[in-house]
Amino acid sequence: MSDNTMTAVVNDNDQKAPLEFLVKGDHHPQNGTLLGFWIYLMSDCLIFACLFATYGVLGRSYAGGPTGMELFDLNLIAINTSLLLVSSITYGFAMLQMQANRVKGTMLWLAVTGLLGAGFLGLELYEFHHLIHVGAGPQTSGFWTAFFALVGTHGLHVFFGIVWLVTLLFQLKKHGLIAENRRRVFCLSMFWHFLDVVWVGVFTYVYLMGVLP
Amino acid sequence: MFENLDLTKLIFGRLTWDAIPFHDPIILATFAVVAVGGVAMLAAITRYKLWGYLWNEWFTTIDHKKIGIMYIILGLVMLLRGFADAIMMRLQQALAFGDSAGYLPPDHYDQIFTAHGVIMIFFVAMPLVTGIMNYLIPLQIGTRDVAFPFLNNFSFWMTTAGAVLMMMSLFIGEFAKTGWLAYPPLSGILQSPGVGVDYYIWSLQIAGVGTLLSGVNLLVTIVKMRAPGMSLMKMPVFTWTSLCTNVLIVAAFPVLTAVLAMLSMDRYLDTAFFTNDLGGNAMMYVNLIWIWGHPEVYILILPVFGIFSEIVATYSRKPLFGYTSMVYATVVITVLSYLVWLHHFFTMGSGASVNSFFGITTMIISIPTGAKIFNWLFTMFRGRIKFDVPMLWTVGFMVTFVIGGMTGVLLAVPPVDFVLHNSLFLIAHFHNVIIGGVLFGLFAGITYWFPKATGFKLDEFWGKISFWFWLIGFYFAFMPLYVLGLMGVTRRVSHFEDQSLQIWFQIAAFGAVLIAVGIAAFLIQLVVSFKRREALKDESGDPWDGRTLEWSTSSPPPPYNFAFTPRVHDLDAWWQMKQHGFQRPESGFIPIHMPKGTWAGIVLSGISVVVGFALIWHMWLLAGVSFVALIGTAIYHTFNYDRDYYIPAEEVERIEAERTRVLANV
Repeated sequence: MSDNTMTAVVNDNDQKAPLEFLVKGDHHPQNGTLLGFWIYLMSDCLIFACLFATYGVLGRSYAGGPTGMELFDLNLIAINTSLLLVSSITYGFAMLQMQANRVKGTMLWLAVTGLLGAGFLGLELYEFHHLIHVGAGPQTSGFWTAFFALVGTHGLHVFFGIVWLVTLLFQLKKHGLIAENRRRVFCLSMFWHFLDVVWVGVFTYVYLMGVLP
Repeated sequence: MFENLDLTKLIFGRLTWDAIPFHDPIILATFAVVAVGGVAMLAAITRYKLWGYLWNEWFTTIDHKKIGIMYIILGLVMLLRGFADAIMMRLQQALAFGDSAGYLPPDHYDQIFTAHGVIMIFFVAMPLVTGIMNYLIPLQIGTRDVAFPFLNNFSFWMTTAGAVLMMMSLFIGEFAKTGWLAYPPLSGILQSPGVGVDYYIWSLQIAGVGTLLSGVNLLVTIVKMRAPGMSLMKMPVFTWTSLCTNVLIVAAFPVLTAVLAMLSMDRYLDTAFFTNDLGGNAMMYVNLIWIWGHPEVYILILPVFGIFSEIVATYSRKPLFGYTSMVYATVVITVLSYLVWLHHFFTMGSGASVNSFFGITTMIISIPTGAKIFNWLFTMFRGRIKFDVPMLWTVGFMVTFVIGGMTGVLLAVPPVDFVLHNSLFLIAHFHNVIIGGVLFGLFAGITYWFPKATGFKLDEFWGKISFWFWLIGFYFAFMPLYVLGLMGVTRRVSHFEDQSLQIWFQIAAFGAVLIAVGIAAFLIQLVVSFKRREALKDESGDPWDGRTLEWSTSSPPPPYNFAFTPRVHDLDAWWQMKQHGFQRPESGFIPIHMPKGTWAGIVLSGISVVVGFALIWHMWLLAGVSFVALIGTAIYHTFNYDRDYYIPAEEVERIEAERTRVLANV
């Protein structure tokens, strides 16, 4: 921002020092992308809040069907959770590579992150398939409806995160670490960590508390 | 297995010729008028070779001013549709007594009252409010555009896409018959198997994307892009109320998205969120939708409070009385608006303690609102008031809104609400605050800022006619509903037995006719003003001797708004500049960095209409293809890195020299 200013002509009888009313020179407001994306994430967080609240209301409405205690496989979920948590760390490595201005390293760690995310999704789909197979589908009861909606919405976010990540890999290959791409990598990083945090909520509230009697 | 595949079903879903309402002469006639009008308009655009101009200068523009104007046009067009629904209901209720069934079958009447509510809130009030915010916020805070210009264009087109989908329901299929919030189980697949609720869901979901993104956009704009020196407590009060509104949008609309998504899962996937069986809970829908719905009414009214504040200060030629208290009142209303949602269904049976809590929080909201009314009154006190049209709307608002507010406090008392719940008293109350508040404010704002946007003022005579017909028409149309509500008449009824009630409905219908004259006068005002635009021309850029920065630019402002970014020292920045004899610079201009227009917004929204239509009619093939196309187009757009350009200094110099020449003649 330039500090050259243009001075207004002040009335003679005005005792005050002349006020500057214009910024002369190029004035660029701060870039708002990160704040904007953060606000978007918070609004997304509210969607999850609604789904969590719904799960809270319907979480014991089994309608005579199977319960979470009977069907949740905590070992599978433990593997799943580790995949996602590790993917957050690998995204952190990608960010470090970006700070060091290394395109290749950034892309490599992003790819690893994407693969871990895909692994997470694969396991989740396997879990869903298994649950539906043993008679616990989204239509079974209020409980399973709320379960599939909450966990499924999270999974859908991870899926679109991976689509975004792949897009970004192409863009990094094409343009390198230019300012726009850095911003995008940063936004995706926020998105990815956000999904991780939501997963911690899902893991605790749905699975751990779900197996309690 | 493939011989069982029904290709017609795959392509057309449940769309058949039966979906076209040939049996209903009212809809057919409407369709004929719309079709003839539409073809005539398209022909005129082609005849005068305006497609290129419209595409380049308007449809693909990222200029917040043009987008704001397009929002306002959308809102006004939809107002005509929403009002047509209103007057049809008034006519039906005035006629349908005893042996007379009226002219609307219940099936059609139910769609009309649903469409009326949905259109008036989502496609009239929201676009008008968003349009005014879009136009004004960057000008008031002294910046060149919003934070995300492309998103702004995209938001507008998504809102329009929702409106288009909603309008399609009139001629292809049907609209929801559930009331404007589509409570389950009535809106569930068992009770509403048709496409009506699906039209409702998808038009709101698509428009909701636009609303949410525009909320994020304006929020970041206000937080990050204010001119140097403009601290939060030096922001114009309209910008303050807009800030709070956009916080509410970002914090409320995701809830609507979530709850509508759940309703659609119940309808499409047979899940059990809100069903009567399998452990579903319909009241959860009612809670969630009002957690969005109550903040929504403040989303509409807060910017309008800001409009009135600007107008009162300008036309009383005084700084706003109690600016600080106005800001705090606005913030308090913002917070409280989240703590009152349950007053919409005291009758749910949540018990005395819960009802008392929500009754009390509701009553508390009237305190900051009352503070605002006093601030406006004290601003006028000993001011040199000019009763121009915007000021008439303001005074009309203050009287009317106070009545609506008081009936609101009445309804906030749970035992009273048990009697008046779902009655016409409630209908009278919320029309009292929405028409007397939001709508009057929007007309005041449109009249006030019209010269800024177009370069000429609105005709005073027709403006006054419009105001008086609206005001008197409002009282005739809605006071009888208070009476009827107190007598126990419930809402959404298309036929009555008790002949003694008829006179009240006839008075209400007369009021609706007066309002129709008010709307016609507004349209005439636009035409007359356009014809007299030379006489009504505003060359100064500051026709009302305004106080805030938007009046420091030309009317209409140049694409870049300000050749140099203003530096702010005081609340009424432009007023202070005038007091100090500020003189415009006439040389030393520099190139200005601006965003480029883009096709992406209108194309993505167009595809969204197709996705929505396909989902409504269960055309799974089309739905899949168009959804992939939507994502693909969005990704393709992200590969465009060439998004900005510089307006050369010579161009800025040319525009500013023209302004200097015009100002010399004022």
